[in-house]
Amino acid sequence: MTLLLARRMLGLAVTLAAASVIVFIVMEVLPGDPAVVILGVGAEPESLAALRGELGLDRPPVERYLAWIAGLARGDFGHSHTYAVPVLELISERMAVTFPLALIAMALTAAIAIPMGVLAARLRGGAGDVAISLIAQLGVAVPNFWFAMLLVIVFAVSLGWLPAGGFPGWDAGIGPALGAFVLPALALALPQAAILTRVTRSSMLDTVAEDYVRTARAKGLTRNAALWRHALENALIPVVTIMGLQFSFLISGTIVIENVFHLPGLGRLLFQAIAQRDLIVVKELVLLLAISVVVVNFLVDLAYLALDPRLRRGHHVMA
Amino acid sequence: MKPFIAAAFTLCSLAAGPAAAAGLTLGMALEPPHLDPTAGAAAAIDEVVYGNVFEGLTRIDSDGAARPALAASWTVSDDGLTYRFRLRAGVSFHDATAFDAEDVVFSLDRARAETSTNAQKALFEPIEHVRPSGPLTVEVTLKRPTGDFLYSLGWGDAVIVARESSATNKSHPVGTGPFRFARWVRADRVELVRNDDYWGRPVALERAIFKFISDPAAATAAVLAGDVDGFANFPAPEALDQFRREPRLEVVVGTTEGETILAINNARAPFDDVRVRRAISHAIDRQEIVDGAMFGQGTPIGSHFAPHHPAYVDLTGMYPHDLARARALLAEAGYPEGFAATLKLPPPTYARRGGEIVAAELARIGIRLEIVPVEWAQWLEQVFNGKDFDLTIVSHTEPLDIGIYARDDYYFGYRSAAFDANYQELARTRDEAARTRLLRVAQKLLAVDAVNGFLFQLAKSGVWNAKIEGLWENSPVQANDLTGVRWVD
Repeated sequence: MTLLLARRMLGLAVTLAAASVIVFIVMEVLPGDPAVVILGVGAEPESLAALRGELGLDRPPVERYLAWIAGLARGDFGHSHTYAVPVLELISERMAVTFPLALIAMALTAAIAIPMGVLAARLRGGAGDVAISLIAQLGVAVPNFWFAMLLVIVFAVSLGWLPAGGFPGWDAGIGPALGAFVLPALALALPQAAILTRVTRSSMLDTVAEDYVRTARAKGLTRNAALWRHALENALIPVVTIMGLQFSFLISGTIVIENVFHLPGLGRLLFQAIAQRDLIVVKELVLLLAISVVVVNFLVDLAYLALDPRLRRGHHVMA
Repeated sequence: MKPFIAAAFTLCSLAAGPAAAAGLTLGMALEPPHLDPTAGAAAAIDEVVYGNVFEGLTRIDSDGAARPALAASWTVSDDGLTYRFRLRAGVSFHDATAFDAEDVVFSLDRARAETSTNAQKALFEPIEHVRPSGPLTVEVTLKRPTGDFLYSLGWGDAVIVARESSATNKSHPVGTGPFRFARWVRADRVELVRNDDYWGRPVALERAIFKFISDPAAATAAVLAGDVDGFANFPAPEALDQFRREPRLEVVVGTTEGETILAINNARAPFDDVRVRRAISHAIDRQEIVDGAMFGQGTPIGSHFAPHHPAYVDLTGMYPHDLARARALLAEAGYPEGFAATLKLPPPTYARRGGEIVAAELARIGIRLEIVPVEWAQWLEQVFNGKDFDLTIVSHTEPLDIGIYARDDYYFGYRSAAFDANYQELARTRDEAARTRLLRVAQKLLAVDAVNGFLFQLAKSGVWNAKIEGLWENSPVQANDLTGVRWVD
């Protein structure tokens, strides 16, 4: 087991290193002259030269890459050109918004999709199954920003139950802060939940057809008991895989949703940094997002180990 | 005793009730990159701090005139070269340091220094030197008489800062104004609170919050849901009709200092021929552009001047929409079949949408335009710096910037001895009546020469809660001056 974990950790480290190299090449080597990108084509040659010196662009790429990684390890993420504050400060301010939002959205997705998917499988062929599948189909087709605006019109403008956007800050109290997340999290979660419902349903149907479920029923378990106690655990493996993949969609979804709800999060920071050509911030953010996707998929790997005991013993199994 | 205390508390909380509601949440489309108006060109900076947190020697009021602010009064020598400012007494900065002549000398010298990052350094160029002549008196000597010097001192780039706090003004602005900076939650809002030690008349608002909402749909939702009390300049004109139908909201449309023009490269054939330029002016239908590109928001203009200014003269009738006349002029200039040219358009909607309409209008007289969309960086490189263009559409938003036509090397390449002479006289003149006369002459000269296609003035589409009074209708300077704002019932 520990050998397995160690191998997984090594794999994680290698993937992270590869991600950082790719980010570095795309953000610093490919654009040509980062100083020109940041200051614009009409900038004075002296300002360009000054910025090049500040960014250390006169050194060879390998040396710059290593200096960058060393800086990251120290917590030195560089200085934002447009905001004139350390990038780390910017990112940590925004993480306090995006991180909880992503967690809530993921939790909502699972909380909606798994019961719905199980229910659909349980009612297979009946009216309930058809209804759930239809709603899921709709949910897959609906773009999340359109759905977000619909939520705003209904719940914020017409009913006035929730704010139309913005984040009051965690110091305004847990209530108002979480209240600001309700609509954005729903907007993010529901389209993803629709996809996950369909995956859960088909995975459940596959599992229920397995021999051991028939055995459980033969032993005397009710349909529901067999479903929840035996089938679900095994059906979850593809579901968890999809959830890991959905995380990257969630991240890109926050860029749009944070703009619609004008939340001061990482997604909006990325959007603004790109618009303002703040290459330093964009580079750090892209790396951060790449790392988070890699780490989440690593956690999915670990979740397999938890869900499927056969993997723990190092046996090779077909997924 | 206890009931008395209880009653007293109840009375106190009742009294605190209405006062606590005296806050204002104003939406803004763009977030400023920082909060120091003396170190950046972004209009959003002034829109948050001008008149609220920072003040200058003079300030620009809602009618566009320069009024006394930190300078209580002044005298000007007969030759127009020496200004003596008598500063207000008992003024202090928000960090409790006293305001005196030293701060004025520091601010002006800092703005015109070699290493200055002030975006409007040209405003301070006429200054020869600045000297304190007493704790509350400052003497400014100019190199040459400058008619609009007092007006220039009212710009956001000329506000007075303190030596002790100037280095941190970008993130923690310290000024002398009626509001002090409380907090900046980046990407969300800036919070200001009333300065109870303000030297002047106390303002009615206790708090002011500027919320940054750039997405038009989110902005509409925020206004309708009451998340913000209003927008001084709402970014999506298409939503205004929806607001007009809401009885609790008020829509007030005024003008800004943004002259939107079809800039013509006067230095390049065939545009160096005034007949071609006049033909273009005859072919343009301004109202069609305003309706089609700006949802009806915008005031047609006939020269490079803002309609809300007292010296404005309406020259929209000089070239009435007349296609036959336009074709005749083109034929006279040697282009009976018209000609082909390019139209370079920067990103804003007034350019991209307006450009398509202009191209269609000019096609009616045979001028076939190829539309070339460009990003701002390319526009600056190709059009503004490289002067490599035929036609372009852009909006000039600096106040009273008719002087750009006196610059020989400006991107549209207009040279006129008559205009230059008039402008030089204007620069020397301080008398308001004489200035008005000269400004009118300047406007007429530009219209007669049809230098550019003068399209429309960018509108200021304000929408706010109908119970609010005191927000400006026009925008003669880029600011959200909240000093006169209050809630009425």
